[in-house]
Amino acid sequence: MAILDKHAILEKNVTLLAIFAFLVVTIGGIVQIAPLFWLENTIEDVEGMRPYTPLELAGREIYLREGCYVCHSQMIRPMRDEHERYGHYSLAAESKYDHPHQWGSKRTGPDLARVGGRYSDEWHADHLRDPQSVVPESVMPKYGYLEHVKLDSRYIGDLMATNRIVGVPYTDDMIANAQTDFAAQADPDSDYDGLLERYGEESVQVRNFDGTADLTEADALIAYLQMLGTLVDFSTFTPDASR
Amino acid sequence: MAKKPTQHQDVGTTGHSWDGIEELNTPLPRWWLWTFYACIVWGLYYVVAYPAWPLLKEATPGLLGFSTRGEVAQDIAEFEARQAPMNTKLVSAELTAIADDAELVGYANSAGAAVFKTWCAQCHGSGADGAVGYPSLIDDDWLWGGDIESIHTTITVGVRQPTDDDYLRQSEMPAFGKDELLESEQIDQVVNYVMSLSGEPKDATMIAEGAVVFEENCASCHGESGEGDIDQGAPALADAIWLYGGSYDAIRESVYNARYGAMPAWANRLSEAEIRAVATYVHTRGGGQ
Repeated sequence: MAILDKHAILEKNVTLLAIFAFLVVTIGGIVQIAPLFWLENTIEDVEGMRPYTPLELAGREIYLREGCYVCHSQMIRPMRDEHERYGHYSLAAESKYDHPHQWGSKRTGPDLARVGGRYSDEWHADHLRDPQSVVPESVMPKYGYLEHVKLDSRYIGDLMATNRIVGVPYTDDMIANAQTDFAAQADPDSDYDGLLERYGEESVQVRNFDGTADLTEADALIAYLQMLGTLVDFSTFTPDASR
Repeated sequence: MAKKPTQHQDVGTTGHSWDGIEELNTPLPRWWLWTFYACIVWGLYYVVAYPAWPLLKEATPGLLGFSTRGEVAQDIAEFEARQAPMNTKLVSAELTAIADDAELVGYANSAGAAVFKTWCAQCHGSGADGAVGYPSLIDDDWLWGGDIESIHTTITVGVRQPTDDDYLRQSEMPAFGKDELLESEQIDQVVNYVMSLSGEPKDATMIAEGAVVFEENCASCHGESGEGDIDQGAPALADAIWLYGGSYDAIRESVYNARYGAMPAWANRLSEAEIRAVATYVHTRGGGQ
């Protein structure tokens, strides 16, 4: 073909070759990068999503630190068997405040995207302490030390501010009250009205999660787990078929 | 297949020559070329038939109208339709009459077993034999009643859940030690008494005083002879079945700090048919009353 014969011109002229090579790379780059500017469009508008409370955020950090994502996914796929076992398939909106998201890629243990409210706090405490005491078949390691490590909230405000930089809508009010809210969520005798007002009356659970007197890492982790998948009100959700 | 280099006379050269080295113009193997063209055709078909190009709001839908979400919704609807006749029958039947209908009880047991393994086994064990703190469902000792209606209610509203507005499964044992309702010595006495109801106490000399403490503080819920009360979920204390362990220390802990075992309410997660199926399954495990 005639046009292919012209290729020799490019091959013999280094400046032309550079220009055309740049053009080709640019096209490839645009195809890959441009859709990211419309990323927001892939996230459905759903009711109920809110940023993590300070205690839940701290629990999430422990989830990351302990590498829970290595064995547990947080991503219910749109398949009937997953729907039967775990509940409604995950929506993009449900991990929009996760940086990074915890979808995971492997399930040695079950998916945790909707584990919130599925078990009692006491079960979570027992299970973290000694998984085999409640599920003899389990191969999960023991995380009993979490309930002995006191958690201090010194840096939680900073962590929230960092999350705000990457797009989590924490307000100044939330960040200013981070430490108060942090302690209030694990203490049902405290004055937690401010916490509920800031994060939502319906969706914030206030309890002594691990049953011990101190505010420990287990409190934070259980608070996080008990919230997972409980935020979106699926009665108001209509799936968009073209997604 | 590719022609061998010795046949280069047949294919000619590309005309390139570097220091006398020439490049053969061997054509691509035909099978490869046709696979290549087939891939291009498939690619074009795919782009037209399936969601492909990302646009500003959403991707192009594709002529076949396929969507993953549509497919799963269809799958679920198909299975629901298949199970609908039995589920309708299950939901409309009297709970107590399920056991008399062989077809229905067979269905309920199979469906209930699946529900149980998915949602219940983590606490109550895959064999329904429980664990420390989580009741066994295969013995005939029931905290909130072991007839099918009680089991159905317990699964529906859970145990000690804030959503249980009718207070069907609510009660709270006082923390006799922590809240200083009893002296430490009185607790020792009553623990020994409770142990003596079903076995050997640690210190038999305390039983008489323990009986008085029991009568005054415990009998109103646990019964005068420790037979328990299913209306308030007060366990029987005379049957040697211990939810939190029957050792002296475990019982003392129960009296001192009290226990507050909870179970989620399943009404929001499971359908009525699923709840009835798993209630039937639990009821027929052997301990049902």
